[in-house]
Amino acid sequence: MNKTVTNAIALAVLWVAAILTVAVLGTVILYVFINGIGQMSPSFIFTWPEGVAAEGGIWPTIVSTMYVTLLAMVIVTPIAILAAVYLAEYAVQGRLVGMIRFAADSLASVPSIVMGLFGLALFVEAAGIGFSMLSAALALSFLMLPIVMRTTEEAIRAVPKYIRWGSYGLGATKWQVVSRSVLPASMPRIVTGIILATGRAVGETAVVIYTMGQAINMPITPFDSGRPMTVHLYLLAMEGINLPAAYGTALLLMILILAFNLGARYFLRRNRKV
Amino acid sequence: MHYRATPQSDGAPEKITVKELDFYYGDFHALTDITVGIKEKAVTAFIGPSGCGKSTFLRCFNRMNDLIPSARAEGSITLDGKDIYATGVDPVDLRRRIGMIFQQPNPFPMSIYDNVAFGPRLQGVKKNELDEIVQTSLERANLWKETKDILDRNGLALSGGQQQRLCIARVLAVEPEVMLMDEPCSAIDPTSVQKIEDLMAELKGRITIIIVTHNMQQAARVSDFTAFFLQEVAGEPAVLVEYDRTANIFTSPKDRRTEDYITGRFG
Repeated sequence: MNKTVTNAIALAVLWVAAILTVAVLGTVILYVFINGIGQMSPSFIFTWPEGVAAEGGIWPTIVSTMYVTLLAMVIVTPIAILAAVYLAEYAVQGRLVGMIRFAADSLASVPSIVMGLFGLALFVEAAGIGFSMLSAALALSFLMLPIVMRTTEEAIRAVPKYIRWGSYGLGATKWQVVSRSVLPASMPRIVTGIILATGRAVGETAVVIYTMGQAINMPITPFDSGRPMTVHLYLLAMEGINLPAAYGTALLLMILILAFNLGARYFLRRNRKV
Repeated sequence: MHYRATPQSDGAPEKITVKELDFYYGDFHALTDITVGIKEKAVTAFIGPSGCGKSTFLRCFNRMNDLIPSARAEGSITLDGKDIYATGVDPVDLRRRIGMIFQQPNPFPMSIYDNVAFGPRLQGVKKNELDEIVQTSLERANLWKETKDILDRNGLALSGGQQQRLCIARVLAVEPEVMLMDEPCSAIDPTSVQKIEDLMAELKGRITIIIVTHNMQQAARVSDFTAFFLQEVAGEPAVLVEYDRTANIFTSPKDRRTEDYITGRFG
């Protein structure tokens, strides 16, 4: 076969693969959009579900989702960053650090339903916190921890050695180098990692179904239970209670996650260009 | 054998005195038997082919090599007569007295003001004194006119040459006694090179400057003293071949190898 033909075929195959990928995403989004857009209204977002068919809005589930996500973020961020700083800057690189990294990567690949079960056993029951925002946030934080820790570690390692040298050269101690030069320089990428992990937590179902409870409730304190959007969606659809409201919830959930991803991109870009 | 004497001609005091220094990276013996006296408030240039250990030697003066775990220095280096490798000497304190400029301009990704204020802040200088330090340092680095209205802009937004002068201002802000410059002009445009060379001429009455350069014309233009380093055999440590007043090195070198190098026969 001649080279031009081979090239054309290869190009065509690549194109088809690329278009297929975009098409799958496009179909899912379009499907949810078409089915869900009819529900969209301020009252759907800002009122409570009513009656056995859960007519009305989904406001408490939105609040529960945001509540648990933000709480998990607050728990995860300091621990993940401190752990990453230790691993990247202080720990003697060797077998132990390799094991910690392997453990973090493994933690990231534990199925979320297993994490949910673990959260149920540890926080809801053993620790006696019960079905609550706090139990769910703690279980979610296990899921987010490795993501944030590893992206932070990569971000710290990506800081050019010239930045460190400049800082040492001005008479900075190791901690001053880390806290005043390295962390600020890697902050855009760290924040991006946090936002992406948070986006994942927003869409998480299996973990929260075991730890937050299922009753529709407006959470005020971290010890209150609630029903997140994903669980609401699951129950409405699986038990055929109210399919249009399920699609409406799905659309809002997708918009929320998209907003997190776009937010991460925006943040990274804004900080890249000077 | 190689040249070990120090130019005695003018009796200027030595700021830094190096005696029989050997330097190793793990098993690799990088420098051997370096003895040299750096004159106070003058510009000393280190020249020599790539890989001859000039930068390694420079980094011994502010103990920047301490950051490399396998690096090891033997012999002695004294600053104002005090051994900088003696136990009890804190490299952090040393680096406040001996500032360093790198080949790649390395402003921190923060505002011009914060870049210059970085060093003083490390030492806990009070907020109300910072404005004056920032202005004075930028003035000394000949960068004040260009930046006085954009102090809150990110240092990375400046041109390469301006960035390098910002780094010089950042070092000057901690009032160092010595400034080490590791090929400060090799990554910036020619007009900016001119500005930095002018700046060195202005600064040398105030501080001691050591510059590593690949560019012999630059060494001839900016320095009062020149040291020529050479690694003669690959895998063997580099030596200091000749050290003298710059005028002597470039007009009547005593060593044949120096002559070969400055006339462009190798390197």
